[in-house]
Amino acid sequence: MRQRRVTNAVPYMSFLPGQHADLPPVNGNGHPNSPLSAVRIVVRGTVQGVGFRPFVYRLARDCHLAGRVRNAITGVWIELEGDKANLSRFQDRLVSEAPPAAEIDEMNVEPIVALGCSAFTIDPSDPSAPPRVRLPRDLATCPNCRRELFDPANRRRDYPFTNCTDCGPRYSIITAMPYDRPYTVMRLFTMCEPCDGEYHTPDDRRFHAQPNACSSCGPQVALWDRDGRTTADPDGALKATAELLRQGKIVALKGLGGFQLLVRADESAAVARLRQRKSRPSKPLAVMTPTLEMAESLATIGPLERRLLTSARNPIVLLESSALRPSSLLAPEVAPKVGTLGLFLPTTPLHHLLLADLKLPIVATSGNLSEEPIVTDEREALQRLGGIADAFLVHNRPIVRRVDDSVLRVIAGRATMIRLARGYAPQPLPALERMVVSKAEAAAADPCLPILAAGGHQKSAVALWSGTQALLAQHVGDLDGPDTRASLDKAARDMYLLYQFDPAAVACDLHPDYFTTPWAFAQGKPVVQVQHHHAHAVSCMVENDLLDREVLALTWDGTGFGPDGTIWGGEVMQARWDGYERVGSLLPFPLPGGEAAIKHPGRVAFGLFLVLLGEEVALRDQHLHQHLGLTPNEARLLATMVRRGVQTPWTSSVGRLFDAVAALVLGAREVTYEGEAAIWLEAVADPAETGSYPLPLVPADACPKAPGDRSIPRADWRPLLTALREDIERDVDVRVVAARFHNTLAQWGAAAARQSPLGDVVLSGGCFQNRLLTERAIEAIAATGKRVHVHDLVPPGDGGLAAGQLAVAMASFLPSQKR
Amino acid sequence: MTTDWREDDLVQLAHGEGAGLTRRLIREVLLEAFDNEFLRPLSDGAVLPHFNGQLVMSTDSYVVSPLFFPGGDIGKLAVHGTVNDLLVSGAEPLYLSLGLIIEEGLPLDLLRRIVHSIREGAAVCQVHVVTGDTKVVPRGIADSLFANTTGVGRLRPGVDLGAHRLRPGDKLLLSGTIGDHGITILAAREGLELGDGVQSDTGSLHEFINGLFAEGIDVHFLRDPTRGGLSAVAHEVLEAASLTVVLDEQAIPVHPAVREACGVLGLDPVYLANEGKLVAIVAAADADRALACLRRQPGGEQAAIVGELTSQSPAQVLSRGRSGAMRVLDEPRGALLPRIC
Repeated sequence: MRQRRVTNAVPYMSFLPGQHADLPPVNGNGHPNSPLSAVRIVVRGTVQGVGFRPFVYRLARDCHLAGRVRNAITGVWIELEGDKANLSRFQDRLVSEAPPAAEIDEMNVEPIVALGCSAFTIDPSDPSAPPRVRLPRDLATCPNCRRELFDPANRRRDYPFTNCTDCGPRYSIITAMPYDRPYTVMRLFTMCEPCDGEYHTPDDRRFHAQPNACSSCGPQVALWDRDGRTTADPDGALKATAELLRQGKIVALKGLGGFQLLVRADESAAVARLRQRKSRPSKPLAVMTPTLEMAESLATIGPLERRLLTSARNPIVLLESSALRPSSLLAPEVAPKVGTLGLFLPTTPLHHLLLADLKLPIVATSGNLSEEPIVTDEREALQRLGGIADAFLVHNRPIVRRVDDSVLRVIAGRATMIRLARGYAPQPLPALERMVVSKAEAAAADPCLPILAAGGHQKSAVALWSGTQALLAQHVGDLDGPDTRASLDKAARDMYLLYQFDPAAVACDLHPDYFTTPWAFAQGKPVVQVQHHHAHAVSCMVENDLLDREVLALTWDGTGFGPDGTIWGGEVMQARWDGYERVGSLLPFPLPGGEAAIKHPGRVAFGLFLVLLGEEVALRDQHLHQHLGLTPNEARLLATMVRRGVQTPWTSSVGRLFDAVAALVLGAREVTYEGEAAIWLEAVADPAETGSYPLPLVPADACPKAPGDRSIPRADWRPLLTALREDIERDVDVRVVAARFHNTLAQWGAAAARQSPLGDVVLSGGCFQNRLLTERAIEAIAATGKRVHVHDLVPPGDGGLAAGQLAVAMASFLPSQKR
Repeated sequence: MTTDWREDDLVQLAHGEGAGLTRRLIREVLLEAFDNEFLRPLSDGAVLPHFNGQLVMSTDSYVVSPLFFPGGDIGKLAVHGTVNDLLVSGAEPLYLSLGLIIEEGLPLDLLRRIVHSIREGAAVCQVHVVTGDTKVVPRGIADSLFANTTGVGRLRPGVDLGAHRLRPGDKLLLSGTIGDHGITILAAREGLELGDGVQSDTGSLHEFINGLFAEGIDVHFLRDPTRGGLSAVAHEVLEAASLTVVLDEQAIPVHPAVREACGVLGLDPVYLANEGKLVAIVAAADADRALACLRRQPGGEQAAIVGELTSQSPAQVLSRGRSGAMRVLDEPRGALLPRIC
């Protein structure tokens, strides 16, 4: 027998249906002259929890093949025997007809000895080795289930937990791999006879749907008051909830990955009450509409945005305020001042039923106090959300894993991840996996040992290399509070259990006061500290498969710890996954009061003017003080702080420059969340404006006051600030001024690209959540002939930091000699 | 120092050499101020009367720049600092030693003012300065004047204070506003202009503490939140008792001008030093009485219950903000750098 092993690696293309790469034909035949043969196909990727085994079962039967399929930790194993032509047909259709939520990363086919089976069976799962398959994500209700939900004749009419192999809870209910009912919280519910029948009927769309349930055997809802007393039973709970919402009450709803706070979106007083109780004065609130049609009545929705909204991943999609249509269905309090509105469609049958009854858009925001993690447990909800919600719509299906709603924004024609969570996390990093495996193969060594990357401090999320998989996990949140910190710790432990690994090293940031830094050191493992902006750059390289080269990285964000004693955030770097060189930055400026200044953009602006004008002139300029909202005392205090170096770090941050310009252009006085001033500035900018301001590159010693590295050229913002102020004093339209500022930064990026010998430019850091800036930068840099790469499913902000930290740490542990 | 002083008006190296100038300095500046039966013999040691009970002893050195600041000076600080340490240890303070290391060239007049302050402070606390030492060092070797005081007191009978007495549920009381001293010193040193009315709180805690004991409050733990502020006390409790400390940000009294200055400086008053404030941790049942008692004392009008101990795990120091959301009060590792992304 000729033993030939055929392996086909199919790179993951897209989560959208119908875009799988075509496979070359596979010849796995051990008996060239025999019409009968047998093969084993191992499929890796997101192939569990997406109806893959039932699909394989039906396909094998269609193709007249015998054999078996099972979920193993190494992937889905399919063993087939039958006619050669049928085997080949099976393999083609396995790829072309795969279920919509399936993602095939890799498929290995090898001939085996015929099994002598007469039928095709689904075998029990094998939980023996470290998992190599992707964890399935939670999927929003599919059209078929939705139809049944409102079908008077259907037995699942009005049942809020209906699901099938195409939809339903996955990641939020899994306790262990592989994905099978006994390893989910659904083990708590014994299927009734009809459900069990569906589960075992190959032609049923609930065939092996692990969370399969109905009203007689599955989870149930209940409506509670603030004291946890049931005020409505399963039959009446939804009607009663809808009624409360109609009255403008705030309801805490136990969703898929955690509690959400709901309130009708069309009533100013109701939305204002939610804001006040949640201590969230101005950050925009997400809105859920019953239907796509209603969403379209609120805003102009582009084709990609529509596809995202209606996808099974069900993210919140940020739409531009310019796209908003005047509507009485949205109170202005939903997204005051801001440039975007977050919209999404119902996630679960529970949401569908509630919103269909209401026929109104509702605010659906994370069920937490500001800055705390979302609540997942009903008793905890009573305690922590008792001061916010008037009632609690709860159910008895436990949430294993806290997962917020994902947030995306279409930037430069791509879906850009803002918050990686439900439906997307854990996000595979296949390019990093391939790189590590190929390095190991080249060195004839074992691949890198498992590593955990702890992420940053705000918008934190961990990433991991389990030894077989590289992943970026879900958003955890800002690590100022004890519960978020516990959440991060729990998320890391959860990953160890799910992927069955023990990290040999932990990666974190260089910042001594990020919670993740001491946390990483407390793990008792070697620690790799990765510079903040290097991590940003590499996170973008990971996503764009650029680990094999050196790139020019523009890493622009709010603040990150710089090894030269200044706060970085407007960096130009030559980056590799194993190192970087800082080749330029914004000219540093003082940040009197540190974080306090960040919350008061006028102070950041005054810090710039103290450098630009000198203390004496800046202090005399009462017009400036007024403009920036500073009292004379405050101005004097700030000046002394800068002169004496009291509580005044210096920074090269583009994010902070945005703050200062927002203060100057818009009179932004106080911000309540990071990036708020920059968001306002983007919102007012006129995209038709093409002018810009001077931002020349100067030698580092051009500003003797500025501390930090003196060996690199700096972008001198002083001429920019002078010109911008002149525009303001000449009453140039703020929309024009704001746009010119964006254009200026884009042109700096292009100038840096032009001067660089490198062919690839990556854009990373929180500033590239700004659509106008990103699109302008892409245009300007592409015009220099360089290839521009931006983020996609790894967030450009600190939510993606761990992915970069992970890759840098892996590079430092590679078996081969480093470059 | 300024150059307007005549040579005779300045402390000279000879003042420390043990000869006539030294004796004159001691007699005219120090003895005059502290005259009492124990010090008067000017022998090498003070012989103190016998008493029943346990002895409590505490020492502290004082280096502050500038020497004089709104609300106090290094002398006042040197008395109250050590006496307060005795008081929070459960002692009734009795005696103090005073060591001065003076930089050559310090104007004698300033020295007199400082010594006067020490005398006034000692009188307020009813302690006697019973022994002392003076050294003069060449210019540049010290910064104007360093002081050391060691205090001796008698443990109040039946009083048992310390981390071993802390229990979940215990309440944490503060005798008044925090941050006044820290912000005053920072402002004086850096030339920051603050709003009106901010001055150091340097002063004695004896009235607060006498009051609590007289009232029969079940006091478990006392501290004066000096360097590191309220946060440092909370972290001390955390480490010593492995209990979570929950502070209520809203309840912590802060002088409006201090709050405003902190707002611009980016400082949190909980980290700032105080020199006349008391942190008392008492049994929950006695908290309200303890509060009423603190408020009755002069300077205690703004006393407040600012936190409690819980058995929450992991044990940490938490601060409940305006929204009710908790944040962890970290001990800063060096200067707090911005973390906002």
